[in-house]
Amino acid sequence: MATHSERVWHGGGQVVVTGDEEPRGLWSWLTTVDHKRIGQMYMGAGLFFFLLAGIEAFLMRLQLAQPDAHVVSAALFNQLFTMHGVTMVFLAGMPLLIGFINLVVPIQIGARDVAFPRLNALSLWLFIGGGLMLYTSWFFGGAPDAGWFNYVPISAGEFSPGPGVDFYDIGLQISGIGTLMTGINFLTTIINLRAPGMSWLRLPMFVWATFVTSLLIVFAFPPLTVNLFLQTFDRLFGAHFFTVSAGGSPLLWANLFWVFGHPEVYILIMPAFGIISEVVPVMSRRPLFGYTTMVLSVMAIGFLSFMVWVHHMFDLGYGPWVNSIFALSSMLIAVPTGVKIFNWLTTMWGGQVRMNTAMHWVFGFLITFVVGGMSGVMLALAPADLQFNNSYFVVAHFHYVLIGGTLFAIFAGMYYWFPKYTGRFLNERLGKWQFWLVFIGFNVTFFPMHFLGLMGMPRRIYTYAPHLGLTLWNSISTDGVYILTAGMIIGAINVLWSYGHGELAAADPWDGRTLEWAIPSPPPAYNFEYIPLVRGLDAFWVEKRYGNGRMLPAPEEHHGPPGTIHMPSPTAMPLFLALSIIVAGYGLILHSLVLDIIGFGFVAVGIYRSMFTVDHGYFVRPHHIEGVRADG
Amino acid sequence: MEEPETYTGALERALHISGSEIGGECRVASERARRIRRFLPWAVLLPAALSGCGLIDAPQSMLNPAGPVAQDQLGLIDSSIWVMTLVFVVVAGALLVILLRFRWRGQTELPPQWEGSTRLELLWTIVPFILLALLAVGTVRDSFVLAAPEGKNVLKVNVVGHQYWWSFSYPGTNIVTANELHIPVGQKVELVLTSADVIHAFWIPRLGGKTALVPGRTNIMWIEADQPGTYKGQCAEFCGTGHADMRLLVVAEPPAKFAQWEQQMEHPVVQPTSALAQQGEKYFASEQCSSCHTIGGTSFVGVVGPNLTNLAQRQMIAGNLLPNDAQDLAAWLKDPQAVKPGSLMPNLHLSPDKIKALVAFLQSLKTPAPSGSV
Amino acid sequence: MAEMHPPIGTHPVEMEMPAAPDNSVLGVWIWLSAESLFFASLIATFLLLHNQNNGGPSLGKLIDLPLTFVATVTLLSSSLTMALGYAQVLKQNYGGFRFWLVVTAILGLAFAGMQAFEFHHLYAEGFRLNSAPSGSAFFTLTGFHGLHVLFGAFWLISLLFFSFKREFVEEAAVKVKVLGLYWHFVDVVWVIIFTVVYLMGKVA
Ligand code: HEA
Ligand code: HEA
Ligand code: HEC
Ligand code: CUA
Ligand SMILES: [Cu+2]
Repeated sequence: MATHSERVWHGGGQVVVTGDEEPRGLWSWLTTVDHKRIGQMYMGAGLFFFLLAGIEAFLMRLQLAQPDAHVVSAALFNQLFTMHGVTMVFLAGMPLLIGFINLVVPIQIGARDVAFPRLNALSLWLFIGGGLMLYTSWFFGGAPDAGWFNYVPISAGEFSPGPGVDFYDIGLQISGIGTLMTGINFLTTIINLRAPGMSWLRLPMFVWATFVTSLLIVFAFPPLTVNLFLQTFDRLFGAHFFTVSAGGSPLLWANLFWVFGHPEVYILIMPAFGIISEVVPVMSRRPLFGYTTMVLSVMAIGFLSFMVWVHHMFDLGYGPWVNSIFALSSMLIAVPTGVKIFNWLTTMWGGQVRMNTAMHWVFGFLITFVVGGMSGVMLALAPADLQFNNSYFVVAHFHYVLIGGTLFAIFAGMYYWFPKYTGRFLNERLGKWQFWLVFIGFNVTFFPMHFLGLMGMPRRIYTYAPHLGLTLWNSISTDGVYILTAGMIIGAINVLWSYGHGELAAADPWDGRTLEWAIPSPPPAYNFEYIPLVRGLDAFWVEKRYGNGRMLPAPEEHHGPPGTIHMPSPTAMPLFLALSIIVAGYGLILHSLVLDIIGFGFVAVGIYRSMFTVDHGYFVRPHHIEGVRADG
Repeated sequence: MEEPETYTGALERALHISGSEIGGECRVASERARRIRRFLPWAVLLPAALSGCGLIDAPQSMLNPAGPVAQDQLGLIDSSIWVMTLVFVVVAGALLVILLRFRWRGQTELPPQWEGSTRLELLWTIVPFILLALLAVGTVRDSFVLAAPEGKNVLKVNVVGHQYWWSFSYPGTNIVTANELHIPVGQKVELVLTSADVIHAFWIPRLGGKTALVPGRTNIMWIEADQPGTYKGQCAEFCGTGHADMRLLVVAEPPAKFAQWEQQMEHPVVQPTSALAQQGEKYFASEQCSSCHTIGGTSFVGVVGPNLTNLAQRQMIAGNLLPNDAQDLAAWLKDPQAVKPGSLMPNLHLSPDKIKALVAFLQSLKTPAPSGSV
Repeated sequence: MAEMHPPIGTHPVEMEMPAAPDNSVLGVWIWLSAESLFFASLIATFLLLHNQNNGGPSLGKLIDLPLTFVATVTLLSSSLTMALGYAQVLKQNYGGFRFWLVVTAILGLAFAGMQAFEFHHLYAEGFRLNSAPSGSAFFTLTGFHGLHVLFGAFWLISLLFFSFKREFVEEAAVKVKVLGLYWHFVDVVWVIIFTVVYLMGKVA
């Protein structure tokens, strides 16, 4: 809209009024507190780590294509699958979803930003910092190599003397604290910042998914935090939580890990469910079938996800009672999940389904996720799991749910929301190529892994004997990765090209239902010129069908001074604080007192400054709003 | 293939039915959608069926059980596969119908705007619940059945996991052996599992599922072999660099033959006949081997490495990684880490001559079968 | 069976949203619920490992209950003084508020001092972070609590300095309320630790 800015200085240089032109340049990104920019950086960093983890996977598959191969050494292979798992889960999967959450949730509830914009930036920098820190372990004597769940004693100092596991402990601690802050931030945002009329049962499903995900984060991450601390103390200060010879308990780690770890995998699927629940109704031109049940089922899934963790440890010898109980609770999760699947199907059944690329991914999601869910239920049958456990059958299961579930939904969301946040469409033709290559490549890669598991191939082996009959399916699986990778590369090209050259998108290209489609593409920094009034579920759709097609403004008392919009100021403090924490982390790992003192000292300064600097923010005056100037 | 109840058997039956059904359907050209819907499950199962032989013939295949434990577990797997196939068919079928019938074809009218239906939603809450309840019965029953062996006639074996090899001892006897577990056919064997270092897991897919070996804790599991044979497996919990090479072998023998093996293990005879082998025995003492290895029938009593009693009677060495022949023994002694990365047996930088002598000695480690043996 | 999307008029326009708490207050509540799980995990760890002494001294014999009792009373009274301070803020009596703030900080630091003394004593007896799982669990649990007290003291003192700035007045109530929530939480956690670690440890 407006192209030039207008600044009005007010009272001692504190209050600035600008036009709605956005600042540019690297510094503006490093200091931004805008949830949309933060969301984009989450997506960018997430894709970067996805690429790294994909390369690691590629190397593993090359090694496994033939028996007794020597592409990588046994020791390197162990680092590869550990880093692959850790990266995919913590540095690619979660950040990509948190990216969407950042981009979409504040707008969908009719807010101008999250509750704590500066904390939001801190979360981002902690995630990126912790992730990069983890990767520097390759230069400090080797990456962690005890698997993504890092069981003790194999990860204890006695058996993993290098610094790799320290990087795991501290890198994940740092990025985990960032994630915890995200959880707190979005719970507060959703509870407090909903626009007038946006009652709980009018929240878009994606917001509900975010709400439950945030609850899972807030309740599941503390056990991980504690676990990582305990191990850090064991490894760096000689504590004995896990030292068997001193009476420590290896099963303590396993339990604390999975008390976190199982909810973690639902943290990875809930927002994906949310994305599907957004795309399906819009592309079928119908309201979501069974909205209330959908809400209840995400809550049920979230609740149950804390009661099933022992299903990862059926073989650790807890006995038939414990195993039976946890088997039953795990199977129970299939019920609310099934309700969701069938409600999506019914939304489309009898609707008018537009098979664009986003919808291709949705179909891919439904078919693949169901296969993954099925194998999940098979794993939950405790006696059968004693066979499946730690075999490639499990590897097949979790790639079906993580790729076919999480990743396909991420791609659906990408094709769906890209026009909103960049103002340009992703290319549909490239998109369909990407879809088919990825879909076929994925199934060729991972379906045979079910067979490999049944044929007795354990996971985490760098090689296998030729006479075990595993060669055929392993080589087919590796062939699949070529197809899969080709698809991913096309996807990357699509994103990079469309960012600058894609077809221009209007504000509401899909005939959307929720609030983000009621504002321009890309949205201005302040999202809404006026806070909207929400008059029903699918707020924007309601106005399009039954109102005059535009959101009505909320009553007076919900607005600031007329004609201007109050915005939080950019600040480098989150970046500074995150850097200080990273420095302190290196201090611990490298046993450097100097780094510790600098790091923790700066952390204290940073905390003080963040807590006690009053941000007066600045005012934006959208040029096409006719309003009174804030000051004479 | 061997038995009608096996996985492939069932698949083949399924495939057979499908063939005739598709043929019949083809005539009704207008029923395209229905035909595709019918065909879909078989299309999904086809690759599985085609590969049936490979899946079952594999030496570590859990689809080819050789004992009651694995048999029970396969039963549960089989029944769940059918439930899963049913659910998959319903979902995939619905997706196909949607693709074929409910596409947007440029209509401007909106489709009927349903918001929900309590009856339908109850339907797909209750039906999955019932399906799961069916599976739950077997799950709980098998959990208890498989937890501990029943009856009196149970052979106990203590299993200790080491990075990266297995130690087996038979309580009530002096028998200690490594990597190759001998059991009698038709008798339940209770394995008492613990670990000397990190967590490992004992897994012989054809005899039964796995149980972890956790340091500082004892777990139990049981297995039983129906037929004589050697059953392969490997360590199933990541335990370090050598995890992939920590392999297992179970030798199930008829009771008489097993008794004879016990006899040989209880009273091993070490008689290095050739001069070379006698030289090797001396090296075994002088080159530190004896500080780590025990050999029954000699004075060597190291406990760091595998017990080598009657080593020459074993099929494999180095945690069942290499065949037990002169060439591989020599390669092993020359540089253990080269053939088995991560192995904790040190490279002792032995000269070729010493290796030759040691190999001759190790190959002489077998106790002759008593006369009148099986 | 199928319901139709009702026209807009029949949907009640729920204008009255319940009065929401301030963002920071709500945020701190959520943060503290995460903290509860943090301490719950540490307490579970302690309960699992507190008898694993690795041949060294056992905690039960070393506990100095009177000292800890005094420390407990000190910390609990600091909760009271915190509340008194908050009451002064609501009355906009900032002088009184500063007084109670200082008292609270002193009580908190006194508690930390007694804990340091206790740790010193235990170390001298050979009960250490690195002596046995029981020591690891004890020092980690109580140590993390102690760090929370120290952080609280840092916060109290920072707020004291900040209270002389002009901006303080605008947000005083919220800023103090948030700190109060935190401080009370840390006290409650201590009551649980005192019960589980000290009282039950002495009885056992
Ligand atoms: C996105 C992540 C995700 C999701 C959603 C799931 C979903 C499920 N998972 Fe999975 N799981 C993982 C990620 C995930 N998992 C990972 C990463 C691991 C391995 C960790 C590691 O060891 O490294 C793992 C491992 C794992 C194990 C441990 C296996 C082992 O190590 O031995 C088990 C065992 O019970 C299990 C069970 C389940 C179940 C029952 C579900 C259910 O929620 C599935 C429910 C869905 C459906 C069932 C489909 C839809 C339902 C219907 C259409 C209704 C009708 C259905 C029926 C009647 C059956 N999972
Ligand atoms: C979200 C999670 C996720 C994802 C997406 C993947 C993706 C892949 N994974 Fe997996 N994997 C895990 C999570 C995941 N993985 C976990 C948790 C483990 C367990 C680790 C452990 O045991 O500790 C594991 C383990 C694991 C193993 C078992 C290792 C072992 O036990 O020995 C294997 C083996 O084949 C494997 C393969 C692959 C492959 C080939 C892909 C492929 O899909 C990857 C394809 C991707 C690329 C090739 C990158 C290309 C990207 C670009 C070009 C940029 C893209 C940009 C845009 C599209 C915009 N993975
Ligand atoms: C420091 C201890 C140590 C010494 C010394 C040692 N070994 Fe070993 N040995 C081991 C360990 C540990 C293994 C198991 C390695 C594995 O499988 O990963 C092993 C395995 C073996 C095996 C294979 C056993 C099997 O059943 O698979 C043979 C044979 C063997 N050693 C012979 C020797 C000889 C001969 C010497 C002396 C020249 C020797 N060892 C010296 C520790 C030692
Ligand atoms: Cu032992 Cu893996
Ligand atoms: Cu799980």
